[in-house]
Amino acid sequence: MSEEVGKITWISGPVVRARGSRHVGMLELVEVGEDHLVGEVIGLKGDQMTIQVYEETAGMQTGAPIYGTGLPLSVELGPGLIQSIYDGVQRPLPLIEEAMGSFINRGARFDPISREKKWKYTPKVKVGDEVTGGAILGVAMETDTFEHRVMLNPDDSGTITWVAEAGEYTVNDPIAKLKMGKEEKTVTMLQRWPVRRARPFVNRRGANIPLITGQRILDTFFPVAKGGAAGIPGPFGSGKTVTQHSIAKWADAEVIVYIGCGERGNEMTEVLQEFPHLIDPRSGRPLMERTVLIANTSNMPVAAREASIYTGITIAEYYRDMGYHVALMADSTSRWAEALREVSGRLEEMPAEEGYPAYLAGRLAEFYERAGYVNNLNGSQGSVSIVGAVSPPGGDFSEPVTQHTKRFIRCFWALDKSLASARHFPAINWLDSYSEYVGDVADWWQEKVGKDWLGMRNRAMELLSEESRLSQIVKLVGPDALPFTERMVLETTRLIREGILQQNATEAVDAYSSIEKQIGLLELVLYFHDRGMAIVKRGAPISLIHDLPVVDAIIRAKSTVPNEELSKLDDIRKQVDEQMGQLDAEYRS
Amino acid sequence: MSDVTVRGGQEVHGVGRIEGPIMIVEGGTGVSYDEVVEIKDARGKLRRGRVLEVGEGFAVVQVFAGSTGLSIDGTSVRFLGTTLHIPVAEEMLGRIFDGLGTPIDGGPEPLTDRYADVNGQPINPTARIYPRDYIQTGISTIDGVNTLLRGQKLPLFSGAGMPHDQLAAQIVRQATLGKEAGAPATEGEEFAIVFAAMGVKNDVADYFRRSFTESGALTRVAMFLNLADDPPVERIVTPRAALTLAEYLAYERDMHVLVVLTDMTNYGEALRQISNVRGEVPSRKGYPGYLYSDLASMYERTGRIRTSKGSITQIPILTMPNDDITHPMPDLTGYITEGQIVLGRELNFAGIYPPVTVLPSLSRLMKDGIGKGRTRDDHPRWGAQLYAAYARTQDVRALASVIGEEELSEVDQKYLKFGRAFEREFVNQSFTENRSIERTLEIGWKLLSILPKKELTRVNLDEIEKYYQGDDATN
Repeated sequence: MSEEVGKITWISGPVVRARGSRHVGMLELVEVGEDHLVGEVIGLKGDQMTIQVYEETAGMQTGAPIYGTGLPLSVELGPGLIQSIYDGVQRPLPLIEEAMGSFINRGARFDPISREKKWKYTPKVKVGDEVTGGAILGVAMETDTFEHRVMLNPDDSGTITWVAEAGEYTVNDPIAKLKMGKEEKTVTMLQRWPVRRARPFVNRRGANIPLITGQRILDTFFPVAKGGAAGIPGPFGSGKTVTQHSIAKWADAEVIVYIGCGERGNEMTEVLQEFPHLIDPRSGRPLMERTVLIANTSNMPVAAREASIYTGITIAEYYRDMGYHVALMADSTSRWAEALREVSGRLEEMPAEEGYPAYLAGRLAEFYERAGYVNNLNGSQGSVSIVGAVSPPGGDFSEPVTQHTKRFIRCFWALDKSLASARHFPAINWLDSYSEYVGDVADWWQEKVGKDWLGMRNRAMELLSEESRLSQIVKLVGPDALPFTERMVLETTRLIREGILQQNATEAVDAYSSIEKQIGLLELVLYFHDRGMAIVKRGAPISLIHDLPVVDAIIRAKSTVPNEELSKLDDIRKQVDEQMGQLDAEYRS
Repeated sequence: MSDVTVRGGQEVHGVGRIEGPIMIVEGGTGVSYDEVVEIKDARGKLRRGRVLEVGEGFAVVQVFAGSTGLSIDGTSVRFLGTTLHIPVAEEMLGRIFDGLGTPIDGGPEPLTDRYADVNGQPINPTARIYPRDYIQTGISTIDGVNTLLRGQKLPLFSGAGMPHDQLAAQIVRQATLGKEAGAPATEGEEFAIVFAAMGVKNDVADYFRRSFTESGALTRVAMFLNLADDPPVERIVTPRAALTLAEYLAYERDMHVLVVLTDMTNYGEALRQISNVRGEVPSRKGYPGYLYSDLASMYERTGRIRTSKGSITQIPILTMPNDDITHPMPDLTGYITEGQIVLGRELNFAGIYPPVTVLPSLSRLMKDGIGKGRTRDDHPRWGAQLYAAYARTQDVRALASVIGEEELSEVDQKYLKFGRAFEREFVNQSFTENRSIERTLEIGWKLLSILPKKELTRVNLDEIEKYYQGDDATN
């Protein structure tokens, strides 16, 4: 299947040059050297080709052969992706461990999707049906409950001439035959798709359903829509990974694709060991049963890190095509950009900003544009939401990756070092963050909880920005100089910050807040504010409000009121009534 | 760790160009990328080098000992056909080596047939064990609020003139595997220390040597020394050689290995120097674009794997140029390591030892190694509360510097009092004081008791009931 197309003439790290055939294609997958390392052609000039190699090149010699495959870098798609853990070029890490031990050796070749495993398959088409690309031919049970909808390759169409009976099949067994023009084609559950080519769909729908993450600062204040794109930039130690993990755990998506791109090995191990034991609150099944992991840690070959983002997004699009909501986490896109920079540097390309290649912005745009809530070719609807972490050097948001990312996302969750230092988590700064989806998802909230989410959210935001203005004054003259009405604002915003925005990912009750609980807490705090403000305006000193026992109860409500017992919030509201009522009576006269 | 395969052996006479520590060798064929070369100068003296780039009929070679004395015609280069390997053996504990792993203590070469590639190989994430065993260092600012676990990489970010060496020595001396409060420590687990010095002064290496001797650990220590006056290019190899031995001890000999690397800033400078000579496109502050990947290839050689009982824990030390935490070296290190312990000049001036600036310090793995069944149930929330209170203290201090302490509210004044006590009683401890985790928790609660109960929103009510010692009678 592969023939020699050239010989290596130059090697520098992950980049090699070779001379040979003029028929090698741009972005063609090639095998490099006697060990058949995976590489991709990234430049052609006369008979000279430039190749980035996805594995360690130490020990490789000039004169070693290059083998062509005639195919672009592709992923295998089919049942068995879920619960898998792959490296950046879709090599299954557990099989590598089995074959090579604890360390990743090069030259390992395994099928990404098992050829032996049998899937329970039920056909959904019959002989004589006219089918077009993307059509659902049948379903295979990928886990006990997850329905893997087997689709026709988007590029194919024709008439069904044979259908396999319901039964157990491997991904290599034929499940249907198709007459395409004059030729007959056998279809299996397995297909390949080039990673750098977005999978086709009919058209985009409006993104107006929020991706519910159970994280109050995200859902209530800065929501991302299903099919939207969000960025999380932050300096080290500000909690990017914890936030990404929380979203991966709790987001109401049917499939999660988690890409550990140039990050720590232990973090991937944590996901691997934790997710099988965590239960998805919606399906009641282990979280791992909806998760695909791509792990290309920081010490794994840098070119494969570049590919990992594309491998992940292609898998996400595949599940979207089945009609599922998919959430993709990429941690971190900065490491991916650095991989681009490293390869670009070895190619001696003219650098643009901070050594990054001039096409950085273009690549980021291509990636984020693969998010979307779409009408699929087969008539179903599905979405891919992207949450990309950004690791700006020195926490400086003016650097190129953060700046370019901001152009292509509509939701920006800015992490803040000083909040993290004070152990305010998630350390998302509410004044620097924004979401352009707020207006888009307001109707959904109204419909789901029957309350004016938008109004309350905006009031809370106003109070928080008022707090920021007031705290400037406090810094200069101390809090005593403020009138009581303004100090009432500070009392309330403290409740918002500590009782709503702060959320403890490691505490059972607090880790996930249902939308009803979120809106309930917000309503309670605003109610407290209105009652308190009325009393203060009548001349009651602020210290009386500050010292009310209910203040503590409101702050602790996030961890004392479970999602299933929201009536406890009403009890706290009654306490507000009682305690405020007393003060009210005293100062009414 | 792959075994050595010896091929190659071809020799080339004369070199094309010499620039700093980089040499262009012409005329070799079948040269492989990253292979080791042996360079013979005109007088017949040998030095070693490594291939950085190969092209048709030429190879770019980096000379570890520097190119001083090499000439264009008088130099011959022999390609050894293998990547850089060092011998590894348990007998290397108690010995001292140079930056390339050659003994410099007058003793013989280690007797072993095991040679391992200094570059190592990435650990498969599926083969790792997630770290959960906490190491008790006896230092409150670490055990209490930035807990170190076995298999973690936790750097010390410091500056010139601060006592990072003392702190590292104290950690090495006092580290024991922490058990749940009250439980006896386990005996019989073998430990080892691998120490790598890169570009530090002889005094520093000597300080560590004395400290190991005093604590009786010297026979368990292997030292790899590339001192300030040693060739800078060797520094690229020193930490890798040290980690190669550490991997052998941990993963093949089941030992718990603590690796101390000092000073990574010097390592970064050596890397930048080579990058500059090669004319690579620089990114920030002249450092090469691959600095992150390069650092990761060392820091990620930490951890535990399922096939071995041993572990590697790394404590790299970095002096931040101009105390700037956003400098590329500490910045990229922080993105790779699992937290950082930051030393601060203000505390150091105030005579507080160890001058750990608590707010920017962090242990990412802490949450998984503490709490019920590990240290004590209240530990996680207690830690968050101390952090929150101390952060508030900083705001109050800023306010006090404007309006004066007398104008502060009663609560704010208590925060000031808390802050002072926190620094003097919690952060501050002597170089020889080995505090148990119970003692650390007790001091913390004593300090929190300075504040009114109402301020303690991070700990739960039961814990306040049980541990609060103040005279606050409200609620």
